[in-house]
Amino acid sequence: MRYETVIGLEVHVELATQSKIFCSCSAHSYGADPNSHVCPACCGMPGMLPVVNKRVVDFGMKAGMMLNCHINRTTTFDKKSYYYPDLPAAYQTTQWFAPVAVNGLVEIETSKGKKNVRIKQIHMEEDAGKLVHDIREDTTHVDFNRTSVPLIEIVSQPDLSSAEEVEAYLERLKTLLRYAKVAECEMAHGTMRCDVNLSVRPEGSDKLGVRTEMKNMNSIEAIKRAIEYETARHIDAIENGTEVLVQETRRWDDIKGKSFAMRSKETAGDYRYFPDPNVMPVVIDDEWYDGIKATLPEFPEVKRERYTEEYGLSEYDAEQITKSIALCECFEGAYAVCKSAKDAANWMISEVMSILNVRKMTYDMLTLDGAVLGELIMLVTDGKVGRANAKKILSAMFDDSTIKPAEYAEKNGFIVSNDTSLIEKVAREVVAADPKAVSDYKSGKEKALMSLFGKCMKELKGNCDPQTLRTVLINIVNSL
Amino acid sequence: MKIYTSKKDIASKKAIIADDMMLTADMPTAAGSKMLDGYMSLFEAEVLTRAKNAGYDLVGKTDVGEFAIDLVGETSCNGAKVKDGVLLNPTAEALKTGEVKAAICLDVNGAPRRAAAQNGLVSVKPTYGTVSRYGTVPVACSGECVSVMAKSALECKELLGVIVGHDDKDGTSLSEELCGSAKKCGELRRVAVLGAMEKGIDANVEAKLCAFKSTLRNNGVEVIEIEDDIIAAARPAWNVLMSAELCNNVSRYDGVKYGHRAQNFSGIDELYTNSRTEAFGELLKKAILFGSDTLSTENYMKVYDKALRVRRVIVERFAEIFKEFDAVLMPACSVMEYTEDMVKENKSLSFEENFYTAPASISGLPAVVVGGVQLVGRAFSEGTLLGAAELYEKEGK
Repeated sequence: MRYETVIGLEVHVELATQSKIFCSCSAHSYGADPNSHVCPACCGMPGMLPVVNKRVVDFGMKAGMMLNCHINRTTTFDKKSYYYPDLPAAYQTTQWFAPVAVNGLVEIETSKGKKNVRIKQIHMEEDAGKLVHDIREDTTHVDFNRTSVPLIEIVSQPDLSSAEEVEAYLERLKTLLRYAKVAECEMAHGTMRCDVNLSVRPEGSDKLGVRTEMKNMNSIEAIKRAIEYETARHIDAIENGTEVLVQETRRWDDIKGKSFAMRSKETAGDYRYFPDPNVMPVVIDDEWYDGIKATLPEFPEVKRERYTEEYGLSEYDAEQITKSIALCECFEGAYAVCKSAKDAANWMISEVMSILNVRKMTYDMLTLDGAVLGELIMLVTDGKVGRANAKKILSAMFDDSTIKPAEYAEKNGFIVSNDTSLIEKVAREVVAADPKAVSDYKSGKEKALMSLFGKCMKELKGNCDPQTLRTVLINIVNSL
Repeated sequence: MKIYTSKKDIASKKAIIADDMMLTADMPTAAGSKMLDGYMSLFEAEVLTRAKNAGYDLVGKTDVGEFAIDLVGETSCNGAKVKDGVLLNPTAEALKTGEVKAAICLDVNGAPRRAAAQNGLVSVKPTYGTVSRYGTVPVACSGECVSVMAKSALECKELLGVIVGHDDKDGTSLSEELCGSAKKCGELRRVAVLGAMEKGIDANVEAKLCAFKSTLRNNGVEVIEIEDDIIAAARPAWNVLMSAELCNNVSRYDGVKYGHRAQNFSGIDELYTNSRTEAFGELLKKAILFGSDTLSTENYMKVYDKALRVRRVIVERFAEIFKEFDAVLMPACSVMEYTEDMVKENKSLSFEENFYTAPASISGLPAVVVGGVQLVGRAFSEGTLLGAAELYEKEGK
């Protein structure tokens, strides 16, 4: 019999707001000292009251709009009770009854073509802290830096059927949320985490099989391996009766390449949800809704099409640049200044992206101001700075965002000289010092001229219009 | 008998006290619980800051029952205050000495109102949202209010006047404009009396009610009895909401971060269980179990959600009554004193006696206790209610 896997995902995404969801503590504590970003509110101490960070609602709404959701105009917060030492108030404030966004749709593309994945809901909630186990002392420490950092949980319908689709879906979420600038979505940083709900059924059947849930997966590779393992385990159980499948939460051990049932104690329990009386329902009026709607970015596909049709970029170039909103913004900024889409794209792909690659930075980490890149490109097209020197300036711009290309070129002697007498002087010296190259060139070896050309360029520190130099050189050699 | 949990030796003409539900940064706050015995807050209640800024001196804190859900303070971890078998309320006792002008209390389950009624004091529970709850030990957040107790309506009015107002630190705090409207004193022309709310009262309480009614009538106020059995449904609904919120709010006291920690335990689950078992009192445990049960998946719709619906019906019924009346007159308690024997016999008596205080708690409406009885008014009418209380006081003299 042939089987199909039915997968639904619950994806937790940390929102990129400055402060936490209910207090003014900084939400960015990656790498900070434990408990250095905390206050009585996020530590759950008695007497502090939650005040909703409006930016979190902005971002939650925006995420919902990016995933084609319906936005609930009255959205409420609820309390979810459970005991765990990383949850200081013993309840998490989340959205249970009226989440910010519902009924969305995300289009994904795999080797089998395009497919729609339905989104059940997106809700806003606060993150929990972190337990740090000290093996030497056999003690556990609690770090509350992460408590109350805002999250959204994106719950999909069970519309996915393979590891490939799951990967495509997660990549798509990442792209869309990064385009909207609401989240980093970096699994390695823990800013995107994933629970996988999976069941297996005979192909074509409309009845769902027994579902198992794997919690807190934090790499796409691990998720793919886990899906393959679980699918095989389920089929084996169904076909060979190796075990009785039960609805349970399992832990994926990526090192062993196996999933394990968690103790029922870790998973059982009643969360006793109820509306948080300290957080008034958030009412999203038209002005607020429209304001957020107006800030939505162009979707990647729309941008790609515009780049090829309006700017005349190649499919490849458009595809490369639209991989990241940061690249797009830099490109568009450069284009606005240098007025040549082709030059701007060229610089983005052959220079900017390669610097990012060399520096092992993701495309989203690009902070280069496109307008400044445009100025640099102008210096090259106007013949004021040589390309090699322009690359040096670009590299410097990555290190220092205050650099103004023209000023920097001036200060570092990168300005192309229009002084033909200087070019002639240098050319004559180079030619005089290398009679062999001259005779080689005269006997028909074109390459010999390039060697002379290179030496002149070096002497002139690259500050020379290549065409002028070439003409001057040919004239001198021919006159000998 | 220790009525204070902390006392400062300050001579002041504007001396006030706070009950031990108000967090203070220079005095411990235990909320009557062994769990928080010796707990020092990092910050103080907004209302105390405001009172101090207005020139009041906080000279001490008075004991409360464990998380303020009992009758008059008898469940404090420091023991009940008893005189001749009668249960005393520490805050009322402190006020009666005349050493302090007024007290700031947290009215969770009506204890300050019962205490005021039984001790000839005045208590005002303002409209929900007009006084910041920032820095008060949270118990039943959807209904509890910072209230003021004093010997006279005027003293209540003065202190309430400086603590009322919008606070950005409390998400349920109302706008400055709405808060300000609560200070206005309107006229009390028609007062409703609900027969159903006078059930179970003894002759002493009845006498107080009669006296109050005749004073009102003598001053040209119409006192009219109306049929109503909706307001009386507040008690069970309030008990559900209060217990559920309480259960959730006291979950944070788990022995891990602060507060009482059991000496003997193995593993985190036992740490929780033993710490809470040792530190919490009987009434609180009952409320936790009851509250937890009302929120279970099985009971949520049947019990908790139903209680929320009852709250809505009660709010609507009050609104209807207030179309014709300026206030509802009702008792604040069934007897003029509680005895040790009464609570020995019925350990959950405060969950029955709150029959009289639950309507104002669940609806968020203002209530003023004076002359041993309670006036509940429309939202933002506490100024008017206090005006009526002043009138009553004059008449009494």
